[in-house]
Amino acid sequence: MDLELIITSFPKLLSATLITLKLLSASLFFGLLLGLFFAILRLNQSKLIRGFAYGYSYVFRGTPLLVQIFIIYFGLGQIEYLRTTFLWVILKEPYWCAIIAFSLNTGAYTSEILRSAFETIKPGIVEAGRSLGLNKMSIFTKIQIPIAIKQSLPAYGNEIILMLKGTSLASTVTLMDITGVAKFIISTTFRPIEVFIVAGSIYLFITFLIHNLIKYLEKKYRYQ
Amino acid sequence: MELISFGDKGWGDELFVATLMTIAVAITAMLIGFLFALIFTPLKLSKYKILNLIANSYTTVVRGVPELLVIYLFFFGGSGAIMYVAQIFGYYDYIEINAFLTGAISIGIISGAYSTEVFRGAIQSIDKGQFEACRVLGLKKYIYFLKVIIPQMLRLAIPNLSNVWQITLKDTSLISVTGLVEIMRQSYIAAGSTRDPLFFYSFAALLYLLLTYLSMKFINKLEKNYSRGY
Repeated sequence: MDLELIITSFPKLLSATLITLKLLSASLFFGLLLGLFFAILRLNQSKLIRGFAYGYSYVFRGTPLLVQIFIIYFGLGQIEYLRTTFLWVILKEPYWCAIIAFSLNTGAYTSEILRSAFETIKPGIVEAGRSLGLNKMSIFTKIQIPIAIKQSLPAYGNEIILMLKGTSLASTVTLMDITGVAKFIISTTFRPIEVFIVAGSIYLFITFLIHNLIKYLEKKYRYQ
Repeated sequence: MELISFGDKGWGDELFVATLMTIAVAITAMLIGFLFALIFTPLKLSKYKILNLIANSYTTVVRGVPELLVIYLFFFGGSGAIMYVAQIFGYYDYIEINAFLTGAISIGIISGAYSTEVFRGAIQSIDKGQFEACRVLGLKKYIYFLKVIIPQMLRLAIPNLSNVWQITLKDTSLISVTGLVEIMRQSYIAAGSTRDPLFFYSFAALLYLLLTYLSMKFINKLEKNYSRGY
């Protein structure tokens, strides 16, 4: 055990934590929007729209995140047309490619979580809203969405932790997040165990914080 | 279409072999995972706090740390650890463990943590009365485990184990960083030499979808078989 390496690699890995957290929060933000959008599509009456939303979640949940990043980062740049549009400004940056891939991925899982939450809402609650004279929009935003959020908190907490682990794949497209820096230190010092302990502890600490935040929210929003 | 034809021109046969490799790694990892679950599930359910602590730290650490980091640990640390042990026995040559084993073991350890949680949950959700009934009937401990608890546990565990299998199957793509030629690595090679990454990575995605689809079909059949009444 090389204590000195543990001490010297800690600040390096800690500064990489910022990138990991940035990737995580951006993908969770866009993923939540995508997830909500596709969950609402899943409740649509049209079979075609439902099928489209199901197809999205099926494809992104059925393939590894690594393939998704590679298609977006290496694959899309191959299309000549894309290179001439403004999209190229975003797609040539590995940072944004990673965020796009992560958002689409977590969006698929989030849409499933929210869909099942919407489906467990008892019809009586919606009917009660209707008999109070609320219109469809306010039933949705004032009744269905708050209940669905409460219902899906535990599952969504798991999804946040899975996404945190997913951000490590950003290191495969040259980003220096915690895992990227850890790999760099390992391959220069050949001391995998020490680096693993430091990087692993940072990840575990973040997981611990997320876990407790979700627990707190669950308690706060429990039915009275 | 020529790109995925079999033979010298296309990458069809290479990708086919790579797909078999992915399946082989996933199955080996899943079995290694079961082995770990077999060790750690009893520890989780044990009445001794210290054994609980050991099992809990295994599942918490492995499930809280990125898979890629675990793979790097074994990829860079695996042969070092073996060489260290070998040196104690007076063997000083360079030892390299093969990429297949490194991959299967690292994914297996991850998969094992998830399986442990699944088995623990399944055993805990078996009705207490079942245990008591066995005791009343005077069944020996190993008989009631084999004939009563395990069949019920399997029935309860299969839906969640199918999730573990999906996770394991998708995690095998990460082994490509160690150079093992499975679907992802083969697509990387093909994409590099044909300069057509969009096609090959999309094709890889299709192969993974096919694998997840087929395994779901198979597992659903299994589930039906185990949830029939006795």
